[in-house]
Amino acid sequence: MNMDLRADLLALLPELTLTAGALVVLLAGVGGGGRRHGGLAVTALASVGLTAIALKIAVDVSEAGRLFFSGMFVLDPFAVFFKVLFLLTAALAPLLSRDYLERHDYRPGEYHSLVLFATVGMMVMASGTNLASIYVGLELMALSTYVLAGYFRREVKSHEAASKYFVLGALSSGVLVYGLSLLFGELGSLDLAAMAAALGGAERTPTLLTGMALLACGFLFKVAAVPFHMWTPDVYEGAPTPITAFLSVGPKAAAFAIFLRVFLGGLEGLTPYWVWLVGGSAALTMIWGNLAALTQDNVKRMLAYSSIAHAGYALLGLLAGSELGVQSVLFYMLVYLVSNLGAFGFVILLESRGYAGETVADYAGLARRQPLAAFGMLVFLLSLGGIPPTAGFMGKLYVFAAAVNAGFVWLVVVAVVMSAVSLYYYLRIAMQMYLREGQEGEGAEVLAAPWTARAIGVCGVFVGIIGVYPAPFAAAARTTAALIGVTLP
Amino acid sequence: MAEYIPILVFTAVAFSFPIITILISKAIRAGRFDPVKAEPYECGIVPASEAFDTRFSIRYYLIAVLFVVFDVETVFLYPWAVMFKKLELFGFIEMLVFLGILVAAYIYAWRRGALKWV
Repeated sequence: MNMDLRADLLALLPELTLTAGALVVLLAGVGGGGRRHGGLAVTALASVGLTAIALKIAVDVSEAGRLFFSGMFVLDPFAVFFKVLFLLTAALAPLLSRDYLERHDYRPGEYHSLVLFATVGMMVMASGTNLASIYVGLELMALSTYVLAGYFRREVKSHEAASKYFVLGALSSGVLVYGLSLLFGELGSLDLAAMAAALGGAERTPTLLTGMALLACGFLFKVAAVPFHMWTPDVYEGAPTPITAFLSVGPKAAAFAIFLRVFLGGLEGLTPYWVWLVGGSAALTMIWGNLAALTQDNVKRMLAYSSIAHAGYALLGLLAGSELGVQSVLFYMLVYLVSNLGAFGFVILLESRGYAGETVADYAGLARRQPLAAFGMLVFLLSLGGIPPTAGFMGKLYVFAAAVNAGFVWLVVVAVVMSAVSLYYYLRIAMQMYLREGQEGEGAEVLAAPWTARAIGVCGVFVGIIGVYPAPFAAAARTTAALIGVTLP
Repeated sequence: MAEYIPILVFTAVAFSFPIITILISKAIRAGRFDPVKAEPYECGIVPASEAFDTRFSIRYYLIAVLFVVFDVETVFLYPWAVMFKKLELFGFIEMLVFLGILVAAYIYAWRRGALKWV
């Protein structure tokens, strides 16, 4: 075995470990042990833990700044930051899901295994320096999540979610690949560094710009930005709630990772062209996501529109493009991850109307019946709304600051106004919990779900710490952004 | 744009070929109607039933998917076998990993009962 291959495989060690873990969970989940919910969730957690160790080893032994697999794969701080985010999501997912799967009586083996496979895909995306390797990771993630959205096969809504997600996801992948093919035709390479170099002297032909626009549309679809958001509410409502939580943070963060790397790395030369496309979409996303959330009664749908709106805020950091911009997106993704997983954790914990039926009114009087749960939910809602001293406030602060510094004042004005609007629907739940009297014997109750409660606890600790002491997290995001920053590959 | 003209010509030929064929056969055939002619063509035998109310076991679908998986495996094995000497130990280990993943899939399908015909 030559030395190159050794280095390549060591850099890929985390992905290899997680793939092995996913296969072990898959095989452990069939046959006699198919219903060992606790055992399989622990196995999934253990493989995420081993992957974290493998990531540490891979970073320690790999030469800094080196490209692996003939320039297809990189293990820079940017990739590592996102991999840590994905592993955090993948560690929280089995915790959130374990009690939920048992309550609804679905097999845990394939479920946890698919979550891990999706995570492998996201990790490859974060490390991809060539549009081909990025796309392979993207498809691994997408195919796993299509199945997960339809995992609850006895629920009609889950079927609906899976078919809509699959058809529209496949369409967006097609658009994305078409964009890739046009860019390849114009620039002669799919390697991001080679593309950036070729852009220097390339004429801005309509083909080149069409390719860039189609690529942007594909990415905007994956981050669920308006006007490519129409799949989100139906998929998020119909998918099993822990999967909705997973979809709203993991794949979204992965899409932001490749968005940043491709548009600030490979296509930075085209910034004057895509800035209007992405900026317009960001404005529409913030406006429509928040306005549509106002009218939702179903809690999952409301949180779906809220997650659309959050993608809009995060796009501001991408538009800013500076080191501060990249830093703010990384930091925002972390903040959004813990806030949103926590909020969805409570939706799982308080499930009261069968499958995906909770309305805002079901939380009426919760504060009297379950003061602790109501307070926890309130914290996560305030964090999503961006109220200090929660993490959400710091996240928005960084993104808005980056956008103002880059001269996008009008977009920040939109963002601030829409944040104020968003408080209405977040506080609508809070008002139901604290100010309304629930009907006797009706409404949401906290279900016995110790694992879910643990996951919520982890998210809560993060939300609190980041809110009052964001410095170390922001610093981590800044070092990451500074090391690759806007000059990424 | 000149280099695209052959593609344009090719597209025109491709579209006109079936259209012209259909028009010519319509013009020169006898055109006597017979109910038998309106029946669906099923390899020359008398059709067993209407296409829409024939139900068949979902297992055909499972078998078909499994077939495709292992068919692709064979397709991968051929180029590897041809290049075996040049790929050396690396190629051998890669192929073992690939086969290992497929074996895991096979065990999974087996234990889940995908191969059982009930």
